[in-house]
Amino acid sequence: MRNIESIQDLASRADHPDFRSGDTVRVHVRIKEGEKERIQVFEGVVIVRRRGPAASFTVRKISYGVGVERIFPLHSPMIAKIEVKARGKVRRSRLFYLRELTGKAARIKERVQPREPKKKAKKAKKGDA
Amino acid sequence: MNLELLGRKLGMTQIFTDAGERVPVTVIAAGPCVVVQKKTAERDGYCAVQFGFEERKEKHTSKAAAGHVAAAGVSPKRFLYEVRLPAEDAEGLEPGQEVACGATFEGVAKVDVAGTSKGRGFTGVIKRWNFSMPKATHGTHEHYRHAGALGAGTYPGRIVKGKKMAGQHGNKRTTTLGLRVERLDAENGLIFVRGSVPGHNRGLVRVRASTR
Repeated sequence: MRNIESIQDLASRADHPDFRSGDTVRVHVRIKEGEKERIQVFEGVVIVRRRGPAASFTVRKISYGVGVERIFPLHSPMIAKIEVKARGKVRRSRLFYLRELTGKAARIKERVQPREPKKKAKKAKKGDA
Repeated sequence: MNLELLGRKLGMTQIFTDAGERVPVTVIAAGPCVVVQKKTAERDGYCAVQFGFEERKEKHTSKAAAGHVAAAGVSPKRFLYEVRLPAEDAEGLEPGQEVACGATFEGVAKVDVAGTSKGRGFTGVIKRWNFSMPKATHGTHEHYRHAGALGAGTYPGRIVKGKKMAGQHGNKRTTTLGLRVERLDAENGLIFVRGSVPGHNRGLVRVRASTR
């Protein structure tokens, strides 16, 4: 008998690039308006990633001075493409603290070497920072 | 024609519709089932078709069961079940013939799924009948998940039959009606129905096109 996990694997999308909390992404969202379909881009910082068959991620941006967060189901067909614009160096996986910060304080440092040889990469990052 | 297939509940997950909507689904591996015997009005007094589902090892098969399947020319089956069908509907079905999930549920929008619900054992009245809990404060003493009153007093002087009380909950045949078919994977014999289905994962379920 097949197990449910193998079916979930089939239903998931493997075409997304690797990204994690703190990264700045551009999410290309398909929007249907009646018959027409167009693409809208939502750009911001990934502040949460949820795993599992219901995997999702939350993107936060500041739009006209107002914080906007949008939750995307990772495997949704409505996501045309995800672009990673910048890798961020953060020390936790859920960046809820960004909600209290604005302007300069809400910046995230760039992660220079995206996790290659593990130990060395960490040291290199410290040196660069 | 309303065929019923035996299947296994694989579990729940979620899929996306073409519109991008996320729907919760239960995946059922239904069939293939093999016709083992046909019951006719002349011989058996009623019309039905007997199906077999899942293989059984020869060494686990009793002589009687082996003889029964040999008459149909099929391998021993783990489960046998019957579907009542009027004679004209049963015409195309001969012993040895396989019925698959894809062909049976092609174009079917809704299905009914019957299974044995998860057994909860001897269960109190709060869980079994959704009674409200008694209040916890205002002088309540050692009266926690009780049912309250069971009926009136001197008249009728007894408890009405069928009064909801504690007892065995679950482990009982249950049918969920009118589940929408979200996807049909004929190749793998999988049917994705919206919502939940009785029983535990890998449990045996019966699937039929909805009667509603």
